[in-house]
Amino acid sequence: MIEVKNLVKDYGGHLAVDDVSFTINDGEVVGFLGPNGAGKTTTMNMITGYLSATAGSVSVAGFNVLEYPNEVKRRIGYLPEIPPLYTDMTVEEYLNFCYDLKKAKLPRGPHIEEICCLVKIDHVYKRLIKNLSKGYKQRVGIAQALIGNPEVLILDEPTVGLDPNQIIEIRNLITQLGKNHTVILSSHILSEVQAVCERIIVINNGKLVADDKAENLSKSLSKDHSLLARIIGPQKDVMRLIATIRGVEGVSATGVRESGAIEYKIDPHPEADIRRELFDRLSERHWPLIMLTSNELSLEEIFIELTSPKIPVSRKKKGED
Amino acid sequence: MKAIFKRELKSYFTSPIGYIVLSVMWAYSTMLFVTLFSSGSPDITVIFSSMFSMILFLLPLLTMRTFSEEKRQKTDQLYMTAPTSLLGVVLGKFFAAVTVFLIGMSLTLLFEFIIMIYIVPQWLVYFSNIIGTTLMASAFIALGVFISACTESQIVSAIISFAFATVMMLLDVVVTLFNVSWITAAAEWFSFSDRYNTFTNGTVDISNILFFISLAVIFIFLTVRKLDKKRWA
Repeated sequence: MIEVKNLVKDYGGHLAVDDVSFTINDGEVVGFLGPNGAGKTTTMNMITGYLSATAGSVSVAGFNVLEYPNEVKRRIGYLPEIPPLYTDMTVEEYLNFCYDLKKAKLPRGPHIEEICCLVKIDHVYKRLIKNLSKGYKQRVGIAQALIGNPEVLILDEPTVGLDPNQIIEIRNLITQLGKNHTVILSSHILSEVQAVCERIIVINNGKLVADDKAENLSKSLSKDHSLLARIIGPQKDVMRLIATIRGVEGVSATGVRESGAIEYKIDPHPEADIRRELFDRLSERHWPLIMLTSNELSLEEIFIELTSPKIPVSRKKKGED
Repeated sequence: MKAIFKRELKSYFTSPIGYIVLSVMWAYSTMLFVTLFSSGSPDITVIFSSMFSMILFLLPLLTMRTFSEEKRQKTDQLYMTAPTSLLGVVLGKFFAAVTVFLIGMSLTLLFEFIIMIYIVPQWLVYFSNIIGTTLMASAFIALGVFISACTESQIVSAIISFAFATVMMLLDVVVTLFNVSWITAAAEWFSFSDRYNTFTNGTVDISNILFFISLAVIFIFLTVRKLDKKRWA
């Protein structure tokens, strides 16, 4: 659906986007993750045709954005970081204006009504946009992006500045929209991307540093594959037992964490999955396993790992795919 | 273009700008008309020629926001990412400003009707005046729209437009100040007021019409290029 090839944006010596390539398939919900100033917005602006690329190409549904800008723009609904709202208009006037501007073909009344119900702005329909709360303004921005029923939705930090309830509502809305749209969502909030997106593209300093499914990202980037297990049983015997499990490369007791249970740190081979066998063997001996967690990186830690300047994880990841 | 035109025209009246421009134009022209009328002269041309400088200084108020405010508020992203032509956007804004200007001038039509009660007005002279003012204003509006597209601040945009208005006014002084023939010739050629005054005299000169129309076309074209540059540079 969206094909980005070797995209470069040079702001007079400052490389905002540096050789970024990725493909987004029909119906995917992709998260664009990166710290502030990483180049997310610039990349999105180039996809939507708002900015030109210094080099590289963007095509949407097979149409190159430079050669067929209108074909591309017709297929994209864009919510920029700051929603482009004319605050002196009512929601009704604004959405009708967007309808005209986008030359939408769907029947005007029902189409706008449907969008308003979907993003839940039907009860503020007659109000001036400047009098709406930030959450509602954001919704009007999303409604604007939905006009003309574009196949692709590009949402740039749609939940910035909203309160927790509004964030959850907008997230649910995006999940709902993801069912019948291709969605690109940018954010510097990891939990958001994790909650909504199937796939994550991480950008840092204009470079693509990772592109994978959320769970794969944490697996492949985590150098620490160890497990933490809390087991009730005699320490020496338990350790001896664990050491005999195939794939276990090391085990150590980290201490008593709760009464009667000792916590062990188990280092398995990166490829091995020892969890089932561990459980079976412990239950044979009637040593209860009361906790088993992975020491894998959380998305937060991956993010820091990927975007911290000291650790050049960088392009290797992409080559592996 | 229609959507932009409608929105833009409406926005003049959701802010004080439209009302300010219209009330100043109406108050000034009414004042001129009353003075004229009480002196017993039916020559409406005086109103037009007296309004020249005032129009030059009012038009920047109409054009200062057109693109600068959109850039500042980032609402330009809406039409820049919509499947619409930039020329349509520019023309929509241009014609909206021209329309407000024409509403401002509409009162002169009423004056003609009042004159009609007493004598037969010189309709040809009147229309020559209206065409002249509208063309001159259109050229200046196109210039203002272009200046607005070059900056993010409507104040800067207004100041530069005012500066141009002042230059236009001073061109006539330049003509009288310098005795160098080519400077005088250039200033005279470029002088808005000279060309405008031929209209107020009731002479519709095709070269003057072309002058103002070309200026408007050139600045509309430059505005489109200026906006489009973002996508190419």
